[in-house]
Amino acid sequence: MNFAGKVRVLLWKEVKSELRTKEMLSAMLVFALLVAVSFGFALEIAKDEVAKVLPGVIWVTLAFAGILGLNRSFVSERQNDCIYGLMLCPVDRSAIYVAKTLMNLMLMAVVELIAIPMFFIMFNYPLPANLGLLILVLFLGTYAFMVIGTFLSALAASTRISEILLPILMIPLIVPVLICAVQVTGGVFSGDLSGVSLYLKLLVTFGAIYSGLPFILFDYLLEV
Amino acid sequence: MIVAKGLTKQIGSKRILKGIDLEVAAGEFVTCFGPNGAGKSTTLKILALLSKASSGQLFIDGMDVSKHGDVLRKKVGVISHNTFLYDNLSARENLVFYGKMYEVQDLNKRVEKLLEDVGLTYAANDTVRTFSRGMQQRLAIARSLVHNPPILLMDEPYTGLDEMAKGILNSVLQQLSQSKHTVFLITHDFDQGLEQSDQTVVLVGGRIVHRCDPKGIGREDFRHLYLKLVEGA
Repeated sequence: MNFAGKVRVLLWKEVKSELRTKEMLSAMLVFALLVAVSFGFALEIAKDEVAKVLPGVIWVTLAFAGILGLNRSFVSERQNDCIYGLMLCPVDRSAIYVAKTLMNLMLMAVVELIAIPMFFIMFNYPLPANLGLLILVLFLGTYAFMVIGTFLSALAASTRISEILLPILMIPLIVPVLICAVQVTGGVFSGDLSGVSLYLKLLVTFGAIYSGLPFILFDYLLEV
Repeated sequence: MIVAKGLTKQIGSKRILKGIDLEVAAGEFVTCFGPNGAGKSTTLKILALLSKASSGQLFIDGMDVSKHGDVLRKKVGVISHNTFLYDNLSARENLVFYGKMYEVQDLNKRVEKLLEDVGLTYAANDTVRTFSRGMQQRLAIARSLVHNPPILLMDEPYTGLDEMAKGILNSVLQQLSQSKHTVFLITHDFDQGLEQSDQTVVLVGGRIVHRCDPKGIGREDFRHLYLKLVEGA
């Protein structure tokens, strides 16, 4: 079986386990929806100001919902030392990382699919005309966030203070991603796309850098 | 089958293994005894390719593990006091998952046979989290054998087992021994450890301080010898 086949088997295990418990999805989704509802009622903003505030609110919510999920990402591997079971298998260890990242991306996609329309409803804001660009920035931002987040969650999971350590490690690394994503989303909402291409290129760059790093270091990380 | 030359392991400033030389022939049953902190589990992790030695060489089936890791992983099965089982998957799903990872042919047949061997056919579709400790360990035995490895490494597999699970583990060990599987067992239990072994080694302070064929030695004599070795180290 090739690399992709092994990733598929690992992903099957992740999906099966999550469908049975819904541990990660329920935490992420409930948090995102609660924030959408809370801010929807708490912030009284004029309609023309919403375009300036909403991108930041959406991305900060997605970031923290993502961190909630990532905190649980490697917990199942630490229970019963399952990570050793995986390390014993004749598989490139980066397949474990790829499967986890794909699973986290899928969960985040579900959260975005449900929570983002909720933000539009709660802020009584119309869907932006350039929906394609919104989907693109959501994908690029989420991708960069999850590729580095999954790696750091593996690192944090091997410590006793993983739930504290993960945000501390992660937030400095995702701040540039969030800034770029907020700028592009703001451009999409306001209809002013003049400076958007630079931030899109930066998002692609961060995604590429953050993808490469775990492939080099994941094997060493599992040894720790 | 397994040849270790001068294996050391250093974590930070602490030297856990100080030069392990070990030879386990094909089909041999070797039991390793030693006090807590002697480096037994670290040795097993290195033999199982879960951890790299800081220095020294390890050959399995004549192949250097540093160069042929993926090939050699197929030849090794591990039973530990932790089960490596996913709580949220059923017994059958756990075995199917590991079987697919090892690319086992005729997987469904193999899984059913193993479930039968460890007496868990009736609970095959129950999630592992509903299992008792003994049932989990029986399933862990099946997991370790799913790819029919010629080498089985065991780290205190009797921990927390009920009498039925002990019986199943003993019968599995007997079968493996008869079918010329190579077994490396770590245990604190003299009765279980000496019963089937061809060779025993005693590990103290990161070094093998004694090795012998236990067949010529009575259990009480071995106990006295062991205590002397541990106290003298």
